[in-house]
Parts: sequence; C-alpha cells; structure tokens
Amino acid sequence: MSLVETFFNWEVFVSSFPLLLSGLRVTISLGAVSIVAGLVLGLTIALIRLYGVRPAQLVARLFIDLFRSIPILVLLIVVYYALPFVGLNLSAFMSAALSLTLVSAAYTAEIFRAGIEAVPRGQFEASFALGLNYRQMMWDVILPQAVRIVIPPLTGNCINVIKDTALASVVAMPDLVKQATQAQALEANPTPLIAAAFMYIAILLPLVYLVGQMEKKSRRASAR
Amino acid sequence: MTPVISINHLSKRFGTFLALDNIDLNIETGEVVCVIGPSGSGKSTLIRCINLLETFEHPGAVAVDGTPVKKDKNLTRIRENVGMVFQSFNLFPHLTVCQNISLAPMRVRKKTKNEATEHALSLLKQVGIESQADKYPDQLSGGQQQRVAIARALAMEPKVLLFDEPTSSLDPEMVGEVLDVMRQLAKSGVTMVVVTHEMGFAREVADRVAFMDKGKIVEIGTPSDIFDNAQEQRTRNFLSAILAH
Repeated sequence: MSLVETFFNWEVFVSSFPLLLSGLRVTISLGAVSIVAGLVLGLTIALIRLYGVRPAQLVARLFIDLFRSIPILVLLIVVYYALPFVGLNLSAFMSAALSLTLVSAAYTAEIFRAGIEAVPRGQFEASFALGLNYRQMMWDVILPQAVRIVIPPLTGNCINVIKDTALASVVAMPDLVKQATQAQALEANPTPLIAAAFMYIAILLPLVYLVGQMEKKSRRASAR
Repeated sequence: MTPVISINHLSKRFGTFLALDNIDLNIETGEVVCVIGPSGSGKSTLIRCINLLETFEHPGAVAVDGTPVKKDKNLTRIRENVGMVFQSFNLFPHLTVCQNISLAPMRVRKKTKNEATEHALSLLKQVGIESQADKYPDQLSGGQQQRVAIARALAMEPKVLLFDEPTSSLDPEMVGEVLDVMRQLAKSGVTMVVVTHEMGFAREVADRVAFMDKGKIVEIGTPSDIFDNAQEQRTRNFLSAILAH
C-alpha cells in the first residue's frame, strides 16, 4: 500500500466527509459557546477581582488560580463522570462547554485584569473628575482602551479553547476528533484523521496569523 | 455668602510623610487663586482633595457650595461641578477631540448628541482650535491637547475649575497659548484654583496668591502682598530662588 493510498485516500475521504463535517460543526459550536460564555464570565470575574468587596475579590482570585491550575481533561472527567453522583447529570455537550468555559474564563479574567491595569491612572482620574459614575467610566473610557490592549491575547486564548475542544471526545462528544477516529475505525484507514488535522489547521491558521498581525500593528501604534 | 470651596483643618499623610498639615482656605465665587510653592509642598495634593481624587484625614473637611466632599451619593454631583485640568492632559485617546468634550455632558447631564456636539464646537472655538474637532488627541500638539482638556472641563459648566500645573509638561513655546486661554477664562469670571510655577501669570491674573511649603499655607494674599511684600522669610527665599534664574 502506498503512502498516498494510506494517508491521503480520496475514496475514504469522500465517504467519511459527511461524518467529519458533522464533527466539525460540533467542534465549532462547542468552541463558540465556550468562548462567548468564557468572555462574559471572565470579564465579570476580572471586574470583581479588581473592584469587588474584599471577600468577593478573594473568591474571584481563588476561581482564577483554581481553574488555571487544573488540567481541562481532569476537569472534564470530573464534571461528566463525578457530578452525576451528586445528582447533576449534564449532557456531553454541556459538560464539555462548562469545563471549557470555566478554564477559558479564568484565563480571560487574567487577560482583562492586565488590560484594565495597563490603562493609565490619569484616565480614571479624568473620568471621575468629569462626574462620570463607575459604570460610565468603565464602559465609555476604560474598557474601550483595555479591549484594544487585550484583543491579541484574547484571540490567542480563543485558539487554545478551540484546540481544547478536541478533549471533549473523551466524554463521547461527537466532535471532529471523535468522528475522525470513528471513521478511521470504520474504513480501516487513517485518512479521516489526516483530514481532521487539516480542518483544524484551516480554522486556526488564519487566527494565528491574525494574532501576529495585530501584535505587529499594536507595536507600530505604541511606537507612534 | 457661602464660599464656593471651603477647606477646614485639612490634613493628609502619605505613609508617615505629612503632605498637608492642617490647611484652612476659603474660595469665593469668581475668585482666581494661584497656589505656588516648591515641589513636594502639597500644592497638587491640596487641589486633588477638593474633588476627592485624594482622600484626607478625619477631622478635616472640604465642602463645595456647602456640600461636604466625602465618599457618598453626592460625590459624583460635586465632581460634575468641579472641573479639573491635569498636568498630563489625560484626554481620552480613543475618542476624537469633539467626543472627548461631549462625552460627560451626554452621559452625566443627559444632553442630546447634537446639543453636546454643538456646545463642544463652540468651546473649541473659544480655545481657538475649532478646526481640530475630528482629530484624535495624539494628532495634536501638547498646547492644543491642553486646550482641549480645558474645553472638556468647561463643557460641564462647572462652578469652579481646578488647574494642576497645567503648563508644566508643555514645551516652552506652547505655554503661552494655554496661559492665554486661562487668562481669558479668569477675565470672564470663572472661579479658578491654579497650581502653577508661572509666576508672571500668578502676579497678573490672581486675586489671591497662596504660598505653600511643607504641607502648610505659609502666606496668602494679593499678588503684590506676596511678590513685593512677603512677610515670611520662606516665601522670600522661594521667590528669590525662582526669580533669580
């Protein structure tokens, strides 16, 4: 059997393609849900961590440190296989989305905190001096500046979340990896795995490129 | 008549350093008070206590228009009415000049966008840079940026304007244009407290000049009281050191 027939088998690719495509859809929706939920939760936690009352700050800090130190795979297994023992039965999708969201939120919170802290003190003072309240200051002055600072690291985090969705195959999520291994078993040929690898690259390479471009641009802007 | 700003027994410590030492000062409506003194004497800290950008120690009290300045519901209302111009401008870099000026009137005073923009343009005209309305702060010179900052403070139609060394970070050739705008404001009756190293400006524009050293107001009086007829040795030493060069 030649290399091409083994790894790049066109017939196998064509017949497994619908399965791969359904896996890709699951991967993308899992990634999208986790990224959006992680962003909202992460920003909230960052604000609590910076400006909440003292006990809330401590809880936020604990959350951030905890979910940055636990491996996603372990968290996923705990959520999917252990939580049912306390009566909490989550679907595979929910378990995966929850685990990815918690971890992504922890990283996002740290990214936002760094971004907000990078906004000069004078911006806060000018806002207060004009009589803006806390919410107006954050919304109109601080966050727009912080967002510009955090977009490159946030995009980097998105890349990680999408890559980590592959772990969901462990809890029987029919995502791209799961479907690819299934197709490989079905066809007795590794071509679907290779195809899956290319699909990941096709989604993530543009994002990786985008981060590079944004970092270059922000370096130029700060040099101005 | 109640003074627009009254400061009583105001003290402030940074760690063990006594930045303000039992200050008393009243400022009347329409008055221009310049605060001079060596760096580290507490001038900036003093005016930053007026809108609570710095907190102060307990028995001390600051009131604006009779309302005590403290961390409560009235604080944003007090800050609306006390404009501030900073040494480092602190314009919002992500907003255009016009947006910098119209933001607070829209959010705080609930003006419509049209009203706020129109007012912003007339203020820009007043400070002589109406042609820069759609530029971003980093496209302007330092002097222009500080004039935008003055317009931004004026847009809230404050009862009093605080200036924290407004010309200290400007290139020398741009100091004049900012002082001209301030001079014009003083003439039009705006109440102003100006921390400055510009002695010529203080002498010409101020109704009263306060000389501060080591956290105390050493001496306060008319410009000629201070510049020509200082009673305190410390004041005379400071002025002769400044005027010598």
